[in-house]
Amino acid sequence: MKYIALILTTLLFGCDSGKELPTTKGVYMLLDTSGTYTQELVKAQHLINFTLAKLNPGDTFAVARVDTASFSEKDIVAKVTFDDRPSIANRQKRQFREKIDAFVKGVKSSGYTDITGGILQAVEYLNEAGVGKKTVLIFSDLKEELKEGYNRDIPLQLDGFNVVALNVTKLRSDNIDPREYMDRLQAWEERVNAGEGTWRVVNDMERLESIILD
Amino acid sequence: MSLQEIYLLWSENAAISATIWLVLLMTLTYLAREPMHSMIHAVTSLMKSAFTQAASALSDVEQRLAQRNTEVLIAEGREASEHEIEREFERINNIVAKDLAEYPTLHRKVNDVITKLDEDYKSSADVPPEAPGWAKAVDAVAKITTSKNDPMVGDILESIHGSMEKNHEKTLESYRLVSKERHMLLKNMRPAWHGMNKDLKQVDQDVNALLERAQVVDRQMEHYEEIIRETDTAKKTLSSSSLTQFFVAGFVLAIAIGGAMINFNLIARPMQEMVGGSSNMMGFKVANIAALVIILVEVAMGLFLMESLRITRLFPVIGAMKDSMRIKMVFITFGILFMLASVEAGLAYMREILAQDDAALRASLLNGSDAMNAASAVSDRWITTAAQMGMGFILPFALVFVAIPLESFIHSSRTVLGIAAVASLRAASFMFNLLANSAHYAGLMLTSLYDLLIFIPLWIESKIKGTAPKARKKDKHGFNPLDTQSMKEVSS
Repeated sequence: MKYIALILTTLLFGCDSGKELPTTKGVYMLLDTSGTYTQELVKAQHLINFTLAKLNPGDTFAVARVDTASFSEKDIVAKVTFDDRPSIANRQKRQFREKIDAFVKGVKSSGYTDITGGILQAVEYLNEAGVGKKTVLIFSDLKEELKEGYNRDIPLQLDGFNVVALNVTKLRSDNIDPREYMDRLQAWEERVNAGEGTWRVVNDMERLESIILD
Repeated sequence: MSLQEIYLLWSENAAISATIWLVLLMTLTYLAREPMHSMIHAVTSLMKSAFTQAASALSDVEQRLAQRNTEVLIAEGREASEHEIEREFERINNIVAKDLAEYPTLHRKVNDVITKLDEDYKSSADVPPEAPGWAKAVDAVAKITTSKNDPMVGDILESIHGSMEKNHEKTLESYRLVSKERHMLLKNMRPAWHGMNKDLKQVDQDVNALLERAQVVDRQMEHYEEIIRETDTAKKTLSSSSLTQFFVAGFVLAIAIGGAMINFNLIARPMQEMVGGSSNMMGFKVANIAALVIILVEVAMGLFLMESLRITRLFPVIGAMKDSMRIKMVFITFGILFMLASVEAGLAYMREILAQDDAALRASLLNGSDAMNAASAVSDRWITTAAQMGMGFILPFALVFVAIPLESFIHSSRTVLGIAAVASLRAASFMFNLLANSAHYAGLMLTSLYDLLIFIPLWIESKIKGTAPKARKKDKHGFNPLDTQSMKEVSS
């Protein structure tokens, strides 16, 4: 009797432990909408579709724009936690894509680029979502330009986060002095590592699949 | 005091000191020879005894297990043989009840046919027409010695001739009519003959079938008697049969597991629609567990169905149920199986829909051709949908038959495991015997080695006493290192 009770308890807590240690994935994508980078958003659209195709029921996905002040829920363009049932999840994916299509068509370029605020928002969102594997995709040239008065000198808390910089384009000034580009990447890597997160740069979109599926 | 100082204790000269030490040690060793031999003997005897006892215990267990295996084998063989004989008698009973029960009717029918044939035969007897009574009178008239030219006589004769002709024709016609009737009777007899021939052939077939069954029963009885007598032939046959059954049943079970895996893949994905696709239980997806549970329930229902039909005998409780209850159970288990098979067919259909939806969504997301793909998907996928639904419906019923090889596997595995256990015990017993022998010979070797170290004092002793070295004689423990007889005893 004691053993039966033990087995039943294990089974019951086995269900709960599934919630404590989720196997779902959470992806938060930041889209840079500053200056000429808006022209790159078509690529971002393909990337979002690709990510949607790879995510499973129960996973969480959000896309947010990076503008002057990105530490805000208002900047989230679309967000979803896919339903457990595959048919509903597919429907949600279609709706998500429609929202992104509408956003890309009507996007307006912003004057400043608050990447740090966007990352802070991503961390907050994914922590709340309670997903197992947390990934932040930054679709940007990583050139942060803050409006006067905005303080983003904040240490990032990225324990358990994978931060992936995508399509990091070279600016005109980078071409003049490539060290600027390398310094920019180096600075971001140091910030992410300091926050106990892992940092990667992917400019070849074909390699993105392994990052999302890992 | 250092080791060097101890070494040079007797003399500054190393050689002298070494000699003194050697003599001293040899003397001490010689003096300690008896207790040392005793100690070596005690230790090796202890080891030998322990290993021998272990080997003996294992051998006993092995023999008991072998005996037990034989009993199990014989019991199972007897049960199977009884079952087969019972079935043969049932078949004979069926033949007797079905075919030979009609024998009285058939007998009466044959008798009726024979009576009818007899009557018809009598009726068809050839009766020659009777000669007319006035023929003699005509003959007498014909002998009248008158002239032939007498017109009166001629008229009379002419008249008689005409009457005779007429009478002849009439008689002939009557005879033909009678013959025709007789032929008709004979013709009517043919179907009766055929019918009787057919009936007798049927009787012949039934009797032959009965004789064949009787021969089978004879063979079964001979086999059964051999089992009862526990002859070597019966044991070998049963053992061989068990091994064959074990491997054949194992092979069929492997095929069934393959079928269950296909079944699992058919329903695991659509099960996500029912229980969710992301929740886990003990590291496994709940949808997968649910699919597995459905398949296991189907297998369990199959077992119960086979038990209720008395095809297998895994659960004596079901076999001992009242027939009415058992029949109810057959219908209930079949009903549940039918429902589960229908559910599986539905899930297989759902799987196809989900697969199509996934493919369309993926295509639209990656290529942007949702509508086109969806249209092409619908047109040519009905075959796979129908095939999947068919498999989803049939596989649960196919899994029902797993009960038969499972029963054989369980029964034969008992024998096979018993044989394996006996072999393991025999190997272990052999190993312990080997260790016991090794311990014994190690004792002999150590004793000889000890005597080798003190061969000088032993030689002196033998010279003084004028006898053979003591080591060559048995000591008080009867432990003689060179005694080959004792080696043989241990080996045997």
